[in-house]
Amino acid sequence: MSPAEPLRTVLRSATREVVIGHDTRFTLIGERINPTGRRIFQEQLRDGDLSAIERDVKAQVEGGADVLDINMGVPLTDEPELLAKAIQMVQELTDLPICIDSSVVEALEAGLSVYQGRALVNSITAEDDRMAAILPLVKKYDAAIIALPNDHDEIPMEADKRVELTGKIVRVATQEYGIAQADIVIDPLAMPIGADTSTSLVTFEVMRRIRDDFGVNMTCGASNVSFGMPGRHTLNGTWLPMAMTSGLTSAIMDTRTPHVVEAVKAADVFLGHDDWGMAWITAHRAKQAAEATA
Amino acid sequence: MTPEDILQALYDETLVGNAPRVLELTEEGLGLSMEPQTLLFDALIPSLEEVGARFERGDFFVPEMLIAGRAMAGAMERLRPLLAETGVATVGKFLMGTVKGDVHDIGKNLVNIMLEGAGFEVIDLGVQVAPEKFVAAIEEHQPDIVGFSAFLTTTMPMFKANMNALEKAGIRNEVIVMVGGAPVTQEYADAVGADGYAADASQTVKRAKSLIEAKRTKVPA
Repeated sequence: MSPAEPLRTVLRSATREVVIGHDTRFTLIGERINPTGRRIFQEQLRDGDLSAIERDVKAQVEGGADVLDINMGVPLTDEPELLAKAIQMVQELTDLPICIDSSVVEALEAGLSVYQGRALVNSITAEDDRMAAILPLVKKYDAAIIALPNDHDEIPMEADKRVELTGKIVRVATQEYGIAQADIVIDPLAMPIGADTSTSLVTFEVMRRIRDDFGVNMTCGASNVSFGMPGRHTLNGTWLPMAMTSGLTSAIMDTRTPHVVEAVKAADVFLGHDDWGMAWITAHRAKQAAEATA
Repeated sequence: MTPEDILQALYDETLVGNAPRVLELTEEGLGLSMEPQTLLFDALIPSLEEVGARFERGDFFVPEMLIAGRAMAGAMERLRPLLAETGVATVGKFLMGTVKGDVHDIGKNLVNIMLEGAGFEVIDLGVQVAPEKFVAAIEEHQPDIVGFSAFLTTTMPMFKANMNALEKAGIRNEVIVMVGGAPVTQEYADAVGADGYAADASQTVKRAKSLIEAKRTKVPA
């Protein structure tokens, strides 16, 4: 079987387009606009104070984010209302496309209904009820969707099972809900290396097989791989280029760490996705100029 | 080796997670007619306590905690039947599970290791544990504490569903309830009516011990 045609996922804000693809530069989805585990941020949001979002957006944009992930999962609040408000606010602050992140269906719908452009929705799994609840919204609002190849039992550790569940997701989303295959972005499930030494090899294999079998784009929560380990930036900055070589085309990550972002940009050069290294050179000049004026 | 040498080596090898050596030393100790509870309380538990202390200080990392826990678990498999014969009481019985709708288990597993390392008997129900399964397991195992773990803000409401199921089954007051997981806060634990919350594995051990102590010393009405 010849490899599947590599697909392009197009995201848009009101004025800007970002393409995730196998033949183009890696897409950085800035992840920090998320109150999980941040007590003060949560309290502010609960009191209707969204000012911290502005600071987080600025930091992710300056770090080089191409897309912004917005999650407003604050316990004991009206998440749909909060997420819709946050999305409107972020769209006034920046022209980057948004990844709308929630496991609450009503919150996703509220976010999609106010969003201007073509959003990425985070996320579904291969569970039938999740797909039935969310894919009609993805279709209705003409969005793209991140899908995790796990079902209700557990996160499968075997590559075969993840590839099989990816096949199920692609089949159901395209045939039953009319979603274009190019608009499905698979999260191949990056697990912490500290909990299992062989886990990244499995994930890389999953990435290669998903790329070759389905041609779809892939993203994942990249910082997860170094959980519980020292020297996390070095681990993340090494893992990402390895994953990119295996077919990963995007990552949800904190762009405030220049070391990790630069590792990705360097890999773009070597993978032939940065023509003549001009993006790399331009970034170098910008850095020089910033240092000169500092 | 003298019994003192065995205890020291058992402590040292558990600390570095050398599972085969820990099992050998356990056998050697038993061969010298050392008491199983001596091996447990004078070597294995202190060693895991040190692992927890180093982890808390940031000197130890997740893999080191996992292999130390695994080394101790190997020894415990050998010692548990012997300890049961001698009627040595455990520190407490802890029933653990990740709530329904949630498949995350790495944090929960670390907590289990630290609890076992502190001498608790841990019964792990795994992930995606429905309220009725918690109820049935509490009735079967009669634990001192039940722990609900959730990693997502969307699965945290299952804490409340579990509490309601316990109330309905009339067993709420028979067991201490602890909750935890990445997005969980003390505030949220209070809101669902849990008895205890801890932010990480070693704090869980401390909190679990103090909750059990408080319950045992409470004068019955």
